[in-house]
Amino acid sequence: METLIVNTLLSLMVVAVVVLARTRNLFAVIVLFGLYSFLMATVMVALDAVDVAMTEAAVGAGISTVLMLGALHLCRSEEAKPAHKPWLPLAVTAATGLVLVYGTLELPAFSDPAAPIHTHVAPRYLEDGPRETGIPNVVTAVLASYRGFDTLGETTVVFTAGAGIIALLRRRRRNSRDGT
Amino acid sequence: MSLFSHFDYWVMIFLAMAGLFIVIARGNLIKKLVGLGIFQTSVYLLYLAPGKIVGGTAPIIDAAFKVYSNPLPHVLILTAIVVGVATLALGLALVVRIREAYGTIEEDELLRHEAPDAGGESRP
Amino acid sequence: MKRDMVLRVVAKLLIPFILLFAIYVQFHGDFGPGGGFQAGVILAAAMVFYAMIYGLDNARRVLPDWLVESMLAAGVLLYLGVGFAGLLLGGNFLDYFVLDRDPVAGQHRGVFWIELGVAITVCGVMLKIFYLFAARGQDEA
Repeated sequence: METLIVNTLLSLMVVAVVVLARTRNLFAVIVLFGLYSFLMATVMVALDAVDVAMTEAAVGAGISTVLMLGALHLCRSEEAKPAHKPWLPLAVTAATGLVLVYGTLELPAFSDPAAPIHTHVAPRYLEDGPRETGIPNVVTAVLASYRGFDTLGETTVVFTAGAGIIALLRRRRRNSRDGT
Repeated sequence: MSLFSHFDYWVMIFLAMAGLFIVIARGNLIKKLVGLGIFQTSVYLLYLAPGKIVGGTAPIIDAAFKVYSNPLPHVLILTAIVVGVATLALGLALVVRIREAYGTIEEDELLRHEAPDAGGESRP
Repeated sequence: MKRDMVLRVVAKLLIPFILLFAIYVQFHGDFGPGGGFQAGVILAAAMVFYAMIYGLDNARRVLPDWLVESMLAAGVLLYLGVGFAGLLLGGNFLDYFVLDRDPVAGQHRGVFWIELGVAITVCGVMLKIFYLFAARGQDEA
């Protein structure tokens, strides 16, 4: 049943992406991308990743859609008709995809409890995490405590991206002062 | 290996390749960023899927449950999503600046603009 | 959208609940789904919602630019501060066991401040990005 739900939602995502690739109206493209993100958040709930699903719904479908619409408003653009036939990119992506599919053949089957991912690091977190940290939500415990250094790096990356955007977009005020 | 044991990995690979196709084949910079976003988010799924155990529950420990899905991919992807939107916004900021400098965000027109003598000056 | 009565009333009704939910997600993150990243984004989303309905200038009066910009750095500094607090108290960098006499209480304390730092930085960055894009749009119009 769970597998069926995941597969159905994934098929819907495929539909959204195929329509998105063929649409040239950028407003429609961005709305479809928001739809895709919401479907992805639902898939994440089905995959038991509730923390991630919450983040994806707020970030992917909320904030990034708003930012893209803002950028589109500033660019006022419609995608031009492609000049070339897309055969070469299609061939390249198809070849890459086939190589990747070949790579998955050796992977353990979906939801195989004996897969290496379930037998090594994770059981330690699941068994000892709540006792050592007193935090029942293992995701929070690993994020903030066991892998705190990692999260410090991620926070710094977010900070740096913010600083970069400030540097790129803030020149306006000086310009208008120069102008007067 | 039954037919459906790897089906969702293949769908995720298809999504990733669709994103890659949009990045390569489409000339509009905003569309390219959307393609990059699709590629990126499909990788999130490819990360989360192996951690799922059918019949398990979200990794919030409670006496009522025995089987939990793997929490480690969740942690890695959680931070990746927020970093992803910050870098996406950085890309959008670059697109906005390109549009202000060149008046277009179509790759072909930008290349014509950049060409040394062919079309650079003749453009209005 | 500033003059649409329905949107203004609905926004006024919804925003307190969004803020409350953000605070819930932040402080209940130890026991349910949630944490600093989610809370920061939800908080920023509430402000973005406010700015879209009531206008950017009003939003800037609620959370001025200098405050948002200091939030950017303050969160990372708070995070680093917790790390150095562990060093000062005789542990390793980002070692929470030494933050309190009881190791588990120390973990709770460390995680609390770290999640707060993450939420502050994420909220600041998202809001700053939105302000910058929206301000550009205003200048052009």
